Amino acid sequence: MGILINKDTRILIQGITGHEGLFHTQQMLKYPIPIVAGVTPGRGGEWVFDGKVPVFDCVKTAVEVSGANTSVIFVPARAATDAIFEAADAGIHLIFVITEGIPIQDMMRIRWYMKQQHITLIGPNTPGLLIPDEAKIGIIPGDIAIPGDVGLVSRSGTLTYEIASILKESGIGVSACLGIGGDPIVGTGFSDILDLLENDPHTEKVVLIGEIGGQEEQLAAKKIAKEYTKPVIAFIAGQTAPTGVRMGHAGAIIERSSGSAKEKIEALEAAGVKIANFPEDIPGLLI
Amino acid sequence: MRLHEYQTKQIFNKYGIPIPRGKIALYAGEVKQIADEIGGPIVVKAQVLVSGRGKAGGIRLAKSAKDAEEIAAYILGMEIKGLPVHKVLIEEAVIFNQEIYLAITIDREAGLPVLMASGSGGMDIEEVALRSPEKILRLQINPLLGIQEYHARLIAINMDLSRQHWRQFSKVLAEMWKVFRDCDATLVEINPLVITGDNRQIALDGKMIIDDNALFRQANLAELRWLEAENPIDTESRKFGLSYIPLKGKVGCMVNGAGLAMTTMDLINSFGGEPANFLDIGGGANAEKVSAALKIILSDPHVTTVLINIFGGITRCDEVARGIIATLYEVESQIPIIVRLSGTNAKEGMQILAERNLNIANSLSEAARLAVDFSQRVPNGNTH
Repeated sequence: MGILINKDTRILIQGITGHEGLFHTQQMLKYPIPIVAGVTPGRGGEWVFDGKVPVFDCVKTAVEVSGANTSVIFVPARAATDAIFEAADAGIHLIFVITEGIPIQDMMRIRWYMKQQHITLIGPNTPGLLIPDEAKIGIIPGDIAIPGDVGLVSRSGTLTYEIASILKESGIGVSACLGIGGDPIVGTGFSDILDLLENDPHTEKVVLIGEIGGQEEQLAAKKIAKEYTKPVIAFIAGQTAPTGVRMGHAGAIIERSSGSAKEKIEALEAAGVKIANFPEDIPGLLI
Repeated sequence: MRLHEYQTKQIFNKYGIPIPRGKIALYAGEVKQIADEIGGPIVVKAQVLVSGRGKAGGIRLAKSAKDAEEIAAYILGMEIKGLPVHKVLIEEAVIFNQEIYLAITIDREAGLPVLMASGSGGMDIEEVALRSPEKILRLQINPLLGIQEYHARLIAINMDLSRQHWRQFSKVLAEMWKVFRDCDATLVEINPLVITGDNRQIALDGKMIIDDNALFRQANLAELRWLEAENPIDTESRKFGLSYIPLKGKVGCMVNGAGLAMTTMDLINSFGGEPANFLDIGGGANAEKVSAALKIILSDPHVTTVLINIFGGITRCDEVARGIIATLYEVESQIPIIVRLSGTNAKEGMQILAERNLNIANSLSEAARLAVDFSQRVPNGNTH
């Protein structure tokens, strides 16, 4: 079916009755992957989407009744930490956190805990996962991509949409489009996703979209150099960004010399990755 | 959010981390009395949010209270790295035998707090970090357990701290961890922690950065910001949740998403232009937010062209279009605006924009090319 999900995936939406939760769940319902329950504390017993999805007060009951095993979190930042731990302790093993702006100390505790419990956490600040025509988990607009064999993985949201659209215009489809999240600390990095794409029979090539700040791309380069069989094309945003300036969401920070676009591009090139200077160069490198 | 040294020290004091006796002064006229109360040799320290104050002459020793007043008057008239000095910290001068560097910060890749320590603390710690990084010990900390006494012993042994200081040192580290955790800090730094001749350990300087994302639960710290004279544009962008960074070029940019914003800027540069700013309106911006963003861009006198690049996901292009139109009714501007809308409700957005004479681009690279063309055609910027 694709990475991260399979025929047994049953989705729970935390924050389902909120503005974002309702809007995006509606979009997700157009896909075959089942959405079996929602949680909003204080709204248990209600049904949303014309009686299609039951709402529960807590994740534990939702899981017991619906058999949900994957959660998508739309809860606002100040309540998201609690929602994540609640999902983890209720037996959910795959959590997508769409929420942006979770305090970094919470994220350190969350990441540590998830590792101990062997729970896969995607995000926070992830646009989610899109497998064209098959699954949409999160907020990636469904019409930006067509089915194909390119695995697209990114740290960004809208830049991912931009690049998926450019591929679509060139007739190139994707096997999966996944954002790992733009926050400085995320649950799952590029390296783990590269492993999933390597083992995914539907993926033949990989497009990696990075940006300045941090070491995610360098770690990915190490993985690719060592043991990767599929061709990888990369684009790094922020090549002309001034150094020492923090640009927007916390992922985009240059810390001294480390984390610059140049450093990342050099590491990836040394690992045999083809670099696209601009998004529009990517289709040419895939053919 | 960065805290000033004196604010950091007030927090240290609350947690029992020893600090020098001292008081903040806004006017040179109040310095003599403060210095008299403290007694003995005095240090006058500029309170500005930049590093390298000492080397820039913003920290000076005074021999007498009268001398302190003169020095304070001088420092209060200074600018350090472009920032005017509004406050000075008047402190007892502490005589010491040893300087230690201590910091708790975040190791992004590990996703863990990291404790950094060195026996070679002081003003030259950045040199030490560059030239002999092995002299700085790094210990990753379990975020659920925090700093334990054995961490302190490990560091003490590593930096050859004599045994008589271990107990006090371990207490400083334990309290430092509490400060880091309780304040939602991304950095707590003591540089230097000094050891005096009579075996006291004192934090001579302190730095803290608070996680902006946690300010909702750090009301006391969030209030500190309002004590500062702040650039009104910063206040405005924070009010609307915009990430705005002014730069030096002519092309004002408004984009949704940091990655796409940086890519847009890279393209502007590649066509021979230069962005006037970074501005990310974030996800799901409404018309009001878009309007605030556009006004900020138009208020920059260097801007000769505006480029608006939106790829709607959570953000709806019709809302963006409404924000643009509303602004143009409010603000008189002859500056050319290039708009590129794609994704959620792009069609509706285009229809709304049709009532004004804007330049519509169909792709990101076309938008960037057009913006650079226009910016070079217009010799002077905004003149209102």
